[in-house]
Amino acid sequence: MRQRAINATQTVVKKLFRALVAALVTLIIVTVAIVWGLDALDDRQATSEPASGEADANVIERGAYLARVGNCMACHTTRGGSPYAGGRGIETPFGTVFSSNLTADKTTGIGQWNANEFWRALHHGRARDGRLLYPAFPYTSYTQVTRADSDALFAYLGSLPSVEQPNRAHTLRWPYGTRIALMAWRALYFKPAAFQVESSRSDQWNRGAYLVHGPGHCTACHTARNALGGSDVAHEFGGGLVPVQDWYAPSLTSPQEAGVATWSVSEIVQLLATGQSARGTTSGPMGEVVLHSTQYWSLQDLEATAIFLKTLPANDQEKDIRGKSPDPSSPAREAPRFAARGAQLYEKHCAQCHGKSGEGVPSAYPALAGNRAIALPVTANLIQIVLNGEFSPATPGNPRPFGMPPFALVLSDRDMADVLTYIRTTWNNQASPISELDVNRFREKAVQSGR
Amino acid sequence: MAQRTLACTACHGDQGRAGPDGYYPRIAGKPAGYLYNQLLNFREGRRHYNLMTGLLDPLNNAYLKEMAQYFSALELPYPPPLATSASPAVLQRGETLARQGDVSRGIPACTQCHGEALTGVAPNVPGLLGLPRDYLNAQLGSWITGQRRAHSPDCMARVTQRMTAVDVTAVSAWLAARPLPGNTRPTQAPVTGTTGTKAIQCGSAP
Repeated sequence: MRQRAINATQTVVKKLFRALVAALVTLIIVTVAIVWGLDALDDRQATSEPASGEADANVIERGAYLARVGNCMACHTTRGGSPYAGGRGIETPFGTVFSSNLTADKTTGIGQWNANEFWRALHHGRARDGRLLYPAFPYTSYTQVTRADSDALFAYLGSLPSVEQPNRAHTLRWPYGTRIALMAWRALYFKPAAFQVESSRSDQWNRGAYLVHGPGHCTACHTARNALGGSDVAHEFGGGLVPVQDWYAPSLTSPQEAGVATWSVSEIVQLLATGQSARGTTSGPMGEVVLHSTQYWSLQDLEATAIFLKTLPANDQEKDIRGKSPDPSSPAREAPRFAARGAQLYEKHCAQCHGKSGEGVPSAYPALAGNRAIALPVTANLIQIVLNGEFSPATPGNPRPFGMPPFALVLSDRDMADVLTYIRTTWNNQASPISELDVNRFREKAVQSGR
Repeated sequence: MAQRTLACTACHGDQGRAGPDGYYPRIAGKPAGYLYNQLLNFREGRRHYNLMTGLLDPLNNAYLKEMAQYFSALELPYPPPLATSASPAVLQRGETLARQGDVSRGIPACTQCHGEALTGVAPNVPGLLGLPRDYLNAQLGSWITGQRRAHSPDCMARVTQRMTAVDVTAVSAWLAARPLPGNTRPTQAPVTGTTGTKAIQCGSAP
């Protein structure tokens, strides 16, 4: 009797299980079909734009300028390699994506592409053959680039010497390298979109918004990414940790981070044109952006950008960011324990340049007292600058920058934690302490791969 | 300039007179063209040291040239060479290679390009004396493996590929043990009658 009951229950469970599996399989098939369908639809739409038809010397020159604005070369050129011939590895949490050859070589470059196909890559994130491109190529921003600008860029690239250099295959981990993964990613995080002019704002503001959202692709770093590499659009410009490189691109909306609402337009322009201003200094990847890109922007474009950036809504929302130092809400609770040691180290190693009271030297050494970059909730930048040293970018406005020495060989993890904690908690700086562990993580990284 | 280049002297020693640990080489007084080429080599991936590359990335050629000229112009006394543990036979082999090369294997003498006194030839060829043995070994070794490169055509790559590990050890030991002459400055012109070197083109010292 009991045995029969058990058998009956088992049968029911089995049937339920089968039904569940069937439902799941159906769900997966339907999802895949939808994603695939969206992809096919998107692919059809992607080819329907007409070319603008211009291509003379002026267009090429504008294209050259736009390539600077978008800093295309930084990713599409290897260290010491031929310009725009690609092959540079972009490390992502999912593996390495290698940039492609943008020269006009017919077999290895884009010599057989036409302006339509190039536009499709920028606007829709699709290669000439319809293949989906990896979003390490920031088409989530470039989708806003106008057709005329796309054509100018294409004309410029076509004018460059062609270089025969085959593209390298990406080395992405399963399943990130699969077509279906890319389709799903796009269904979640990407929609081709034209730049929307805000008619209530000035032309200048709109130009700035276009540069920042489109070719400048500022959101690629200054907006946080989630675990799947999608941008956190709800907190646009809210700051983000650049994956793998582990540099924190500070929030452009927060008055505590890198918001510029209270800066003058000329201070913002100066920072972007020279890498340095009375209100702040660029470092790490932003130094490279200044070096390769913004120092070449026209004054009008820099002013437009400044005007736009000043209007970003102030937003100081707490963010959940990997790499944030622990417990930032309780500043300096442990600080006194290390303060004496930190002060001694500061006196010995830092005060000569940054001043006894962290006051710095104008246009040579940044002040540390009241410096927002010192008090950021994410301490990655600070630790890496002290470990590896740093020069600001050499630009016409700051042609002979003073260098910060690397301290990796001079200070132990504990020394560095103590002196940084001292700096972050003295002269009215009120930030969280830094631990030996925080430093150690970056020291290992420095030894392995530099930055 | 000393103040601007504290990032350099942090490792390369006060005024660029060499670091204390026998690895970071002296840069003071080296030929300006040589120093400049090395800065470019690090920035453009022909030499590899992450700290150097990271520091140089944001700098342009004009500033790097100015730094090279600054360190090149510094005239500082050299410390006496460290006592060597190499055997007389090894040192003899090193000296022969340095002064005569090995014609049978197509290895030119060091003196053919680096100057009779081995203090270098301005503006592009470095002196070989006053450098730690570990540093010399590491450089020759990394040229053999292709880790260190120079502007193409890379003459040192071709020379070192003809050398054995024993050659490298011997010549490094002899060079590191050799005291500097009274005049430590690089000479201005290559040694006359350098027939051997003409066979090897040098992109970094054209």
